[in-house]
Amino acid sequence: MDGGDDVDGIADMGGTAGWGPVHPPRAGEPVFAEPWQGRAFALGLYSIRVAGWNVDAFRHATERLDRSAYLDDGYYGRWLNSTELVLTESAILAPGAIDARARNLRGEHVEEPPIPEPARPGYLPSAEGSLRTVDVPPAFAVGERVRAKDMSPPGHTRLPRYARGHTGVVEVVQPAAVLPDTNAHFLGENPQHVYSVRFDSRELWGATAEPFAVTLDLFESYLEKIP
Amino acid sequence: MTGNGSGERLPPALRTEALEQLLTERGLVDPAAVDRLITQYETNVGPLNGAKVVARAWTDPEYRRRLLDDGTAAIGELGFGGLQTECLVVVENTPTTHNVVVCTLCSCYPWAVLGLPPSWYKDPAYRARMVREPRTVLSEMGLDLGDDVRITVRDSSSEVRWMVLPERPAGTEDMSEEQLVPLVTRDAMVGVAKVEAP
Repeated sequence: MDGGDDVDGIADMGGTAGWGPVHPPRAGEPVFAEPWQGRAFALGLYSIRVAGWNVDAFRHATERLDRSAYLDDGYYGRWLNSTELVLTESAILAPGAIDARARNLRGEHVEEPPIPEPARPGYLPSAEGSLRTVDVPPAFAVGERVRAKDMSPPGHTRLPRYARGHTGVVEVVQPAAVLPDTNAHFLGENPQHVYSVRFDSRELWGATAEPFAVTLDLFESYLEKIP
Repeated sequence: MTGNGSGERLPPALRTEALEQLLTERGLVDPAAVDRLITQYETNVGPLNGAKVVARAWTDPEYRRRLLDDGTAAIGELGFGGLQTECLVVVENTPTTHNVVVCTLCSCYPWAVLGLPPSWYKDPAYRARMVREPRTVLSEMGLDLGDDVRITVRDSSSEVRWMVLPERPAGTEDMSEEQLVPLVTRDAMVGVAKVEAP
């Protein structure tokens, strides 16, 4: 659990190299390939609630996993490891409690750590879900050229690395929503307008890129006007 | 991933069992509720929901217009919505424009209409490469698009969720909404395939 404390870790995968070919869809793939995956999924969702966390904080927990914890057991493996981080950081479980119990389940006799005093963040959402109303009008208009800030915040963000510093065009003003960057750290909802911004592939990747466009849904504070 | 620094990585199935035991013995989680949530996503919330939306849009021009105008409200008309689908935007694929959905930062996906994401959608290769070389990736997945087709990749970086309204295949003009539903695949609604005529 000693991954870097920012989104620039392994989770921010857009445009990174070295992953090999994609895996074409297989017909009839089960929702959960193994029974533990379904249980890990459900336990993760309930644990967010038990810990008094939120979906942004959960995503940030996933981003802080090290490479092995993120990749080795696939999507539900990282889901399970994020859940452990949620529960230990909110002191619902002691560090090492899951592994100690797991060893005892397979017949070892190890001492389990005592149950800690819970330390929930005491941070309540102002409403259900993430959509909010914002009193100020949108700063950017449909059709306007905007630049994604070249920023690298120390904590959670939903501005992928590959878009930073690049210029696009506002395609749609989406409903305003809670800002993940502060909500993930229990520092306030700070709802903002969200913009679907269209980037040309050559702007993102250079003149030799395949011709296409990418849209990203970006919070207002991720964007700046073109001078 | 051991969590206690002891080095050995225990199997995830065993660690999940341990986690469930630790939470249930303190009354923090009800195992029956865990069962219900699993059943919900194994049987009730899946791509059949999205297929019903698409078949309705193909056969009802007014519904199609509402779906493209306000996806969240339009799927609500069919009773769909909820977790991870607070704000749905539906984009239409045509002979000359192709949309495809990805989430490079995690694996955001419109659960209410497509269920939980399939393994290929969560795979690092898909997440990393779809925003860099989509034409190549789509070709590897079996979808070859002509040079005249404009590709737009939808990277789901906020709580906005994206779904593709695929092209209705030629030769299905006489089929009813009910007959069309089983033709619509999850892959077509993500944008990595087209819907084939029967």
